[in-house]
Amino acid sequence: MTAPSETLRAPLVVEFPFTRSLGPVQSAFLTGLRERTVLGVRTETGEVLVPPVEYDPATAAELRDLVEVGATGTVTTWAWNPAPRTGQPLATPFAWVLVRLDGADTALLHALDAPGPEAVRTGLRVRIRWAAERSGAITDIACFEPYDSDPVNEPAAHDGRFTDPVTGIVAAARLDYTYSPGRAQTRYLHALGERRTVGERCPSCAKVYVPPRGACPTCGVATTDQVEVGPRGTVTTYCIVNIKAKNLDIEVPYVYAHIALDGAGLALHGRIGGIPYDQVRMGLRVEPVWSDDGRYPDHYRPTGEPDADYDTYKELL
Amino acid sequence: MTPHRPDREVAIVAFAQSDHRRRTDDLSEVEMVMPVLHDVLRQTGLRTSDIDFTCSGSSDYLAGRAFSFTMALDGVGAWPPISESHVETDGAWALYEAWVKLLTGEADTALVYSYGKSSPGSVRDVLTRQLDPYYLAPLWPDSVALAALQAQALVDVGATDEPALAAIATRSRADATANAHAQLPGARPQGEYVVRPLRTGDCPPIGDGVAAVILAVGDRARELCARPAWIRGMDHRIEAHSLGVRDLTDSPSTRLAAERAGAFEAPVDTAELHAPFTSQEVVLRRALDLDESVRVNPSGGALAANPVMAAGLIRLGEAAARIHRGDSDRALAHATSGPCLQQNLVAVLEGEPHVR
Ligand SMILES: [Zn+2]
Repeated sequence: MTAPSETLRAPLVVEFPFTRSLGPVQSAFLTGLRERTVLGVRTETGEVLVPPVEYDPATAAELRDLVEVGATGTVTTWAWNPAPRTGQPLATPFAWVLVRLDGADTALLHALDAPGPEAVRTGLRVRIRWAAERSGAITDIACFEPYDSDPVNEPAAHDGRFTDPVTGIVAAARLDYTYSPGRAQTRYLHALGERRTVGERCPSCAKVYVPPRGACPTCGVATTDQVEVGPRGTVTTYCIVNIKAKNLDIEVPYVYAHIALDGAGLALHGRIGGIPYDQVRMGLRVEPVWSDDGRYPDHYRPTGEPDADYDTYKELL
Repeated sequence: MTPHRPDREVAIVAFAQSDHRRRTDDLSEVEMVMPVLHDVLRQTGLRTSDIDFTCSGSSDYLAGRAFSFTMALDGVGAWPPISESHVETDGAWALYEAWVKLLTGEADTALVYSYGKSSPGSVRDVLTRQLDPYYLAPLWPDSVALAALQAQALVDVGATDEPALAAIATRSRADATANAHAQLPGARPQGEYVVRPLRTGDCPPIGDGVAAVILAVGDRARELCARPAWIRGMDHRIEAHSLGVRDLTDSPSTRLAAERAGAFEAPVDTAELHAPFTSQEVVLRRALDLDESVRVNPSGGALAANPVMAAGLIRLGEAAARIHRGDSDRALAHATSGPCLQQNLVAVLEGEPHVR
């Protein structure tokens, strides 16, 4: 067992812009918002759902009967948010509200701009504040604001047709993480910084894992004994990459290989350089070429040794 | 409708959990999971190769990495190949899947585990990604905000008030002093509003943790455990996703699941309720008709430790452990998922009366 090394951490950003298509009801609703028109959908029992859905939440019946409801409504419940978070509708303290728009029977979640919690209550009359620029999204409603008016409870018929309907949205999201790799990978990365490759041996079956993940998947026990492996190794299998990856500064074609470092119990991945792509072969003996900052092997190149005998690496394929 | 009585008897025979902590930077998921798996196996004397079926729960959004559970699977010992399944939700639902597998006769023993590492990201933001992507997610309403809307709805109908919520927080964290694994045992100030009407004390701690249980059938269960916690019924139900079509002061899905699990056929002495927010305990007590005679969350509940994706499984494990110890004869365990108690699972566990 080695002494735990300092925990590594690095920012990890996950961004995903999902492109989503809209069905007939959602398309009409979001296009309507762009045109400052709020649409709901009427159920078989005559209830008006806002925001509208394509299937009745109670009966699963298909719903297509669109109606227009008011841009004014009543708060059905609320929660005061003193510290708005990234992406939320307002940057200043606001109330989250469920609002039943006039003519609707269900409530819509959004933000209410109010000077403070004492200005908000269940039953408060509000109206939509439209966003200056609207694209056909729920954020076309910038927020609600208090507005004293009498409710108008009759929804108006609407055919749901608009010119240039919105048929899809891009649901963009970004989540920020701080990634910590854990003990085994921290030890591995620290050693790489010293241009050494360390694996970890399973105390039960003696297999050496490189890179180590902290556990032997065969035995289900922690791998704790560190073992230095390589630096030389053997190509066990490979493929020739013909398509250039985005932001990757490597000429195609190039070879990506499984490399069994000497002393390792399984192969790791690496690029093969210093040899024409069509001369790479199983059994080729290779060694790491370190990146300029020396923190990881950039690729592996032939050592010039004779090829390894198949029997020496067939278990590692 | 009379609940269906399964033909096979299935019991929880062992439960283990990690110490729940605010962060576990020094541990990868598998390093965090493995000691708990070893613990639960040790309790039964079983080895991985003796387990017929393994099922786990977790969420890639917490880790920020796709297929993160495949790495944790190394801790189980998945070679040679095992019979395995995974749910991208709380481990309580993994337990449900394992229970069904045992009822089919396809397996006699099952290992169920789940884990959540909330510390690498911001769990309030992460959970917004489970919301409807058209109408809700673009507004980034976080988990506390949605729970606060539910809390205000309860206040509006007179079902609770801020002092009553504070009392739930105090009772839970006082009970957690008897739980060596709890993250927040003991008294702690109610604090400022996070999202009004919920204060810091009304909200669960954010933390990392793991839970695991072993299930076994019939006499196999009796061999493995002196007093198995027999699963007399289990059911889970879901409500509409949209908050605006639901009565947030009620939980009809919990009530229906409890009915189908047979919870109302005889009184329970213990209820482990998965209520991350104080206000949600109010909703669940109403839905389940729990009176003062029932010991609610003696473990401290999710207000004392809330490892997302494991907190529901822990409720089943804690309820079972009370039966194992002879502290309970008939217990209800509940798990939830989704905003404002959207999905709810209820299990009824019993010990054999003649074995104490
Ligand atoms: Zn091993």
